[in-house]
Amino acid sequence: MSTVDSANKSRVGEVLLRVEDLIVEYKGSRSGAVQAVAGVSFEIKSGETVAVVGESGCGKSSLAKGVMQLVETKSGKVVLDGTEFSSLKGEELRQARPKMQMIFQDSVASLDPHLTVRALVEQPMKVWHKGTEAERKAKVDELLRSVNLDPEIVGNRKPTEFSGGQCQRVSIARALSLEPKLLVCDEPVSSLDVSIQSQILNIIQNMKKRYGLSLLFISHDLSVVRAISDRVIVMYLGKICEVSTPQKIVSSPAHHYTRALVASVPVPDPKIGRRPAVIEGEPPSPANPPSGCRFRTRCAAATALCAEQEPQLREVSLGQFVACHHPIV
Amino acid sequence: MKTVLAIKDLGVAFDTDRGTLNAVRGVTLDLRSGECLGVVGESGSGKTVLWRTAMGLLRGRKVLRTGSVKLHDNELLTMSGKEIRSYWGTKIAMVFQDPMTTLNPVRRIGSQFSEALVKRLGLSKKEAAAQTIEMLRKVRLAEPEKLVRKYPLQLSGGMRQRVMIAMAIACKPEILLADEPTTALDVTVQAQVLELISDLRNEFGMSMVIVTHDLGIVAGYCDRIAVMYAGEIVELANTADLFANPRMPYTEALLNSIPKLTDSSGAQMRSIEGAPPDPVSVTKGCFFAPRCSYATDRCRNEHPDLVDAGNGRMYRCFFPMGTGK
Repeated sequence: MSTVDSANKSRVGEVLLRVEDLIVEYKGSRSGAVQAVAGVSFEIKSGETVAVVGESGCGKSSLAKGVMQLVETKSGKVVLDGTEFSSLKGEELRQARPKMQMIFQDSVASLDPHLTVRALVEQPMKVWHKGTEAERKAKVDELLRSVNLDPEIVGNRKPTEFSGGQCQRVSIARALSLEPKLLVCDEPVSSLDVSIQSQILNIIQNMKKRYGLSLLFISHDLSVVRAISDRVIVMYLGKICEVSTPQKIVSSPAHHYTRALVASVPVPDPKIGRRPAVIEGEPPSPANPPSGCRFRTRCAAATALCAEQEPQLREVSLGQFVACHHPIV
Repeated sequence: MKTVLAIKDLGVAFDTDRGTLNAVRGVTLDLRSGECLGVVGESGSGKTVLWRTAMGLLRGRKVLRTGSVKLHDNELLTMSGKEIRSYWGTKIAMVFQDPMTTLNPVRRIGSQFSEALVKRLGLSKKEAAAQTIEMLRKVRLAEPEKLVRKYPLQLSGGMRQRVMIAMAIACKPEILLADEPTTALDVTVQAQVLELISDLRNEFGMSMVIVTHDLGIVAGYCDRIAVMYAGEIVELANTADLFANPRMPYTEALLNSIPKLTDSSGAQMRSIEGAPPDPVSVTKGCFFAPRCSYATDRCRNEHPDLVDAGNGRMYRCFFPMGTGK
């Protein structure tokens, strides 16, 4: 193996993505600026799946877009595999982009309806002048087969002829055609039926192993997150409130919001039955977040300290970090 | 228990460019007095079409309806538009998935709410305004006096859905149909809304139908569950029985494919391969056979009938699970 090759191959366990104090801000007309992501830091190790979970408006999708540099970030660093994306602009940024790719919630809308499946999967390689036509064709066949689509049958059809689940498979094949290191998945199964959902999650898992990917997986569904991730980040109103393992997030949540989130998930078991609502109200507007801890307005354990001082993330047990003045022990 | 709504052999088909689309095929189902019935199925299973037809919302030249739907002894399918409208609100009421598109965006909450009360219950404007505030308080909305002055887009999704629920029950209907009532809501808000609907059902003694794709919701709140697949009911049972011993392989596969909080993480998930059949093309045999891991030649060639196994249990399978067949 040449030295260039080994330098390009990141090893499992090394930090692949580092996000430091990322702020994504949207300018409003009357209400002033809204900080959708208000200073978020985390790392993804090579081969790791990190999930971000939270309710609508918590900033999880803005975080994904901020990492992808699809929105302008106000401040903070995004470093992928030694390249600082947040400092790149124009052509330099374009050159670096193939290292990370993204799939979206609405797979049907994210594919050009005029192109055939084959053209859709080939397009990124064509843009980057990768391989000869024959090589590209072989690669398209391989990618389609790996997402359980038969290239002979689907290759010349268009996205409108397919279901949401099939379109999501095409999106995955397309996203992987440039061999990215990081795949950002923004609610990839949220619009799919439950029987199709698990098909797609299995495919994502298989592709991760096969192509040595790292995943940033955005979802509102704790059950899905638990099934697929190595580490879980819980967000509330633009801030991280807990970082934990998929086991501990359910068995021993440390943040009061995490506990409420876990307790609200309907359980498909009549023996457990109804689960009374554990928190009242809805999240406040991110345009005007509460002082101190952002969850304090809905938190039963809130004290005066929570209003005065913003809690910082600290480790409460191995691999579990919480931003709370009064964590659950 | 008394039957409130009796659906008999209901079929709904749409005349499309591609041919006749059979959305609902021969559904027979009773809604009993005071019960909460869950109807579960994937997209395209016909669950929404079934109930919108039963409630008289889906009608017209391109909707081919057969069978009968009786509210007590009144046939709803053959009613004129005017007649059926007199039932809406007072006898049957509905809550839909998307509260933003069901509320009029250019009218204040109070004005569109009290209009219904004036029209349906014959109240004076003043009485209706007072009743509106009373109902908004019932769905636990804070400061209803201020709320009536607001427009729908000034409210959050959860608040809008509470307004919709308040409107639906304002005329004390006998039947409340909730079609994916919490699908557009966040999980913490969903728990609050489900709790609210359930409390109101007890208070008002309504019969209720929850149409949903989420088995987690029906497990906690419904007495009986009907599972639909490709326009048919494939299993009907008490909630506890359905979850403990599903008879139909589709029900079992559906239960298995839900990711659960208690699952070990990182494991391969059990999925149902393939996709539901195209409702336009006619297929022989059991509709689930192409995706069923237990299917035999008989399943592929012969269409199973809905078998009544007693105890309120029904299933549509030649080889029901847990019966040794």
